Amino acid sequence: MADKKNSLASELTKGIIKENPTLVMLLGMCPTLAVTTQAMNGIGMGLATTFVLLGSNIVVSALRKVIPDKVRIPAFIVIIASFVTLIGFLLEGFVPSLYDSLGIYLTLITVNCIIFGRAEMFASKNNVIASACDAIGMGIGFTLALFIMGSIREILGAGQWMGMNIPVMHDNPMLLFIMPAGGFFTLGCIIAAVNKLKNKKPPQEIECGSCDKCPMSDKCSSKEDKS
Amino acid sequence: MKTLGVILLAAMLTDNFVLSKFMGICPFLGVSKKIDSAAGMGVAVTFVMLCATCVTYPIHHGILVPNGLEYFDTVVFILVIALFVQLVETAMKKTIPSLYKSLGVYLPLITTNCAVLGVTVLNIDNNYSFVQSLVNALGGGLGFMLSLVIFSGVRKKMEYADIPETFKGVPATLVAASIVSVSFMGFSGLFN
Repeated sequence: MADKKNSLASELTKGIIKENPTLVMLLGMCPTLAVTTQAMNGIGMGLATTFVLLGSNIVVSALRKVIPDKVRIPAFIVIIASFVTLIGFLLEGFVPSLYDSLGIYLTLITVNCIIFGRAEMFASKNNVIASACDAIGMGIGFTLALFIMGSIREILGAGQWMGMNIPVMHDNPMLLFIMPAGGFFTLGCIIAAVNKLKNKKPPQEIECGSCDKCPMSDKCSSKEDKS
Repeated sequence: MKTLGVILLAAMLTDNFVLSKFMGICPFLGVSKKIDSAAGMGVAVTFVMLCATCVTYPIHHGILVPNGLEYFDTVVFILVIALFVQLVETAMKKTIPSLYKSLGVYLPLITTNCAVLGVTVLNIDNNYSFVQSLVNALGGGLGFMLSLVIFSGVRKKMEYADIPETFKGVPATLVAASIVSVSFMGFSGLFN
């Protein structure tokens, strides 16, 4: 039982840092770049995507034994598109300002690789509860990445953060950062920083011996060296 | 009403799907290593965009709007796109197997290429007529191909560059994309 709880917790947390969908697995680039001119938009997009991801993961996982293997891709797409339509209505009704600022990118959640990827890789193979945890974790990781991107671009490019003016930056904002080019540049630098952090923990590789028990064994580089 | 020429050039240059709307980033980063496959991908995407627009426009205005079912747009459009991608995939496998191989997994992924769904939805949002929609799709596809081909040239040069260890791979590619995007900013304001 403790084991089971442990694994659920790890499903939940893996999406936030270790397998962060945007910064580590490089999925869902389009919304990451497009809507992050403001930190607030980043959060809105992240939460909308989390909602769709949660809904589609639960439904796909519940129907995983009913959907025939051959038509699973169209079936997944229809499920995802339905949830996107739903969140579109909800946002239009309750948060019209966010609906306007996300614009066409809200519809484009349908073709966000993260959602499709999780349906294919995780939800179609695991039970409902694990899939829901996975969706929430991935959603939080995605939201976090968008929030960081949005904060950097908003502070540097507009001299503001969540609507507050930043003293020095506000007088001379670097406009480039809220333009498309700044988006590419910021994302490149963030991924480089993540790479730097990832490559920084070598000492434990030498003393690790029991690869079978190691949770990282499938990604561990020293294991490949031995075999 | 915008003239057709303006729509075509705007979709290609000022509102380039990849570099200013951030649609279709996955194939942009994935297939742009070689000029041949970049051009092949561009042609495939342009073809799917045109076909999808041809079919989704009549469906939207002929079937969905009269019945008050506009909210089914997303679901119907994505199914139409999936159908055409399947068609292109089968056709390419038979006729140009070498290109089919070099595009690999990115060919079926055209279905989830934001640019394709994006162009069909934008045509409806902007209230374009049928001809305008087709021209917009053509411009979008050509613009996609243009940015892919240009960027594959940049990447070829980058292979010889001495890049810091942490920036190798995707980060360096993104920074290069940012510089290409700056050059496309030069087109902005061309049609105002």
